[in-house]
Amino acid sequence: METIIKIEKLHREFKMGSETVRALKGISFEIHKGEFVSIMGTSGSGKSTLLNILGCLDKPSAGDYFIDGISVSKLSRDELSTIRNRKIGFVFQSYNLLPRTSALENVELPLLYNNTVSSDERRERAINALTQVGLADRMHHTPNQLSGGQQQRVAIARALVNDPVMLLADEATGNLDTRTSYEIMSLFQELNSKGKTIAFVTHEPDIAIFTSRTIMLRDGNIVKDEGIKTLSARAALDKLPVSEDYDITVGIQNEIEN
Amino acid sequence: MKFRNHIKIAWQALLRNKTRALLTMLGIIIGIGSVIAMVSLGQSSTKGISSEISSMGTNAVMVMRASQTEGGVNIGSGNVQTLKATDVEAILAGSSNISMASPVVKASKQIVYGANNWPGAISGVNEAYLEINKYEIASGSNITADDVRNSAKVCVIGKTVVDNLFKNGENPLGTVIRLGRIPVKIIGILESKGQNMMGMDQDDIVILPYTTVQKRMLAINYLHMISASAVSENVSDLAVADIESILRRTHKIMEGNDDDFEVRTQQQILDMLSTVTDMLTILLAAIAAISLLVGGIGIMNIMYVTVTERTREIGLRMAVGAKNKDILTQFLFESTILSIAGGIIGMFFGVGLSFTVSTLLDWAFVLNIPTIAVSFIVCAAIGMFFGWYPARKAANLDPINALRYE
Repeated sequence: METIIKIEKLHREFKMGSETVRALKGISFEIHKGEFVSIMGTSGSGKSTLLNILGCLDKPSAGDYFIDGISVSKLSRDELSTIRNRKIGFVFQSYNLLPRTSALENVELPLLYNNTVSSDERRERAINALTQVGLADRMHHTPNQLSGGQQQRVAIARALVNDPVMLLADEATGNLDTRTSYEIMSLFQELNSKGKTIAFVTHEPDIAIFTSRTIMLRDGNIVKDEGIKTLSARAALDKLPVSEDYDITVGIQNEIEN
Repeated sequence: MKFRNHIKIAWQALLRNKTRALLTMLGIIIGIGSVIAMVSLGQSSTKGISSEISSMGTNAVMVMRASQTEGGVNIGSGNVQTLKATDVEAILAGSSNISMASPVVKASKQIVYGANNWPGAISGVNEAYLEINKYEIASGSNITADDVRNSAKVCVIGKTVVDNLFKNGENPLGTVIRLGRIPVKIIGILESKGQNMMGMDQDDIVILPYTTVQKRMLAINYLHMISASAVSENVSDLAVADIESILRRTHKIMEGNDDDFEVRTQQQILDMLSTVTDMLTILLAAIAAISLLVGGIGIMNIMYVTVTERTREIGLRMAVGAKNKDILTQFLFESTILSIAGGIIGMFFGVGLSFTVSTLLDWAFVLNIPTIAVSFIVCAAIGMFFGWYPARKAANLDPINALRYE
């Protein structure tokens, strides 16, 4: 299987005054094409540092990081920007959508920084991405006209629009209620089944169960890296009790039935 | 990155905060507006003054007496007696750049008519004087060359003199008035010219043949001034040079000695006055430029706040692939768009203001295209200059910290 991410003896150290904090202490792993990996760990485990390096926002102090065959360690700041633009799709906990800007324009954003994409193609790809996340009918809504789950879908569409080799999600369900979280996880599973490689950083075990492999970090070391039996988020969603105040159409139906 | 994309990004960002964008532009609008209004109004007033001077004849050349030193004693200019009527003839004969010339002998006598009297400012001149100095005859006639030859006791008077001597509305033409002890017949009345720009009444004048004034009133044989007219405005400098060389010859002034006369042109007076109004214009424009500077600082201030407020947005843009220079360009474009848009609105505001004011004050409206062009460039420069520091701050943010900024 094609290797998307290859990490070798990765170290990351921070100088805090006179002390040196060793956030990552020489970890190694690979992520292959089509994998759905959750990266888990408590705060202080080095999880965020790893995420920054995986996302090419930060560079390792020692060791090598290859994304899609490219060694990141020696790249300049501008070259890292290009890698982020072409190879990675970010999904954040707090969506990070531009306010007072339509969903479509939010999704177009990464392509604005890509010269090879014409404005027609940009629009077309943004519409496709929004269709993939099921928001084709909400294209011209601004973030404050969308629910949390919908906003996160827009963010996922934005991450998909540059056709990245890997989606990198940082606590992508952290701001959502259980039902919406499951919906988002179901969307991720759907994208994964179509071949998208996904790295999902979370500290919630009940979200990690929807992925196919878990890398557990503790104190800058990998303590566990194993394939797990994937649960279907769609099935989990169906098992959730129907809440009247949550889904208004169901509520109305109940009223009619009564 | 494509230029169009930069514009699009900056434009979208500005549209997200319309009110703020408008308020930020206000400083520039007022700044540019006042610079343009001040310069334009300054030029309108300059133009007004020069057209007033032109009405006195821009071709006019005056020969005055210069102060002289005799045997080591400076006798001032009042006692110089070297300017003669023959000089006028020499000038007319010797220079093709001079079209007309007239001797001027000044006298001051009480004018008496019946029970009324008036202090008369008498100018003894020849028949060309009125044309040189752009006086028109309202009724009657001008003095003639014959009058000059014969030292005729005739005069042409201005409206102020008429008003003060003929209070009952009699027809002055043909009447005899007394200038001191000498009876003089009024043969012409001048069209009113009003005040000149120094506030002097140009209608308070009595014109006589200079010979009459020289022989019958003052008993002198020299002139106080020569009033001449160059063929055109363009040759007035040549005319001055001609007069200087002719008079040095007729006055027999040795090489190296100072002239006993002084030649001035209307153009020099015009230049002097426009220097004053130009200075005023520059002063006003400088004050207006300060408000433009304040406007620029306003942009910097807002952009600075904006960068802090939009830290997360900057982080996100970096995360999805914006390079440092993309962020720098975005913020520079935002500030430049603000200042240019403000500049354009300010231009209309300034032009409108100066048009209104010059219309109300009945000045000639001057639209100065170079000023507007320069203001436009200054606007763009202000946007870039004051946008630079905040934009650099934005571009140098660390994406990791920016993304997590609360």
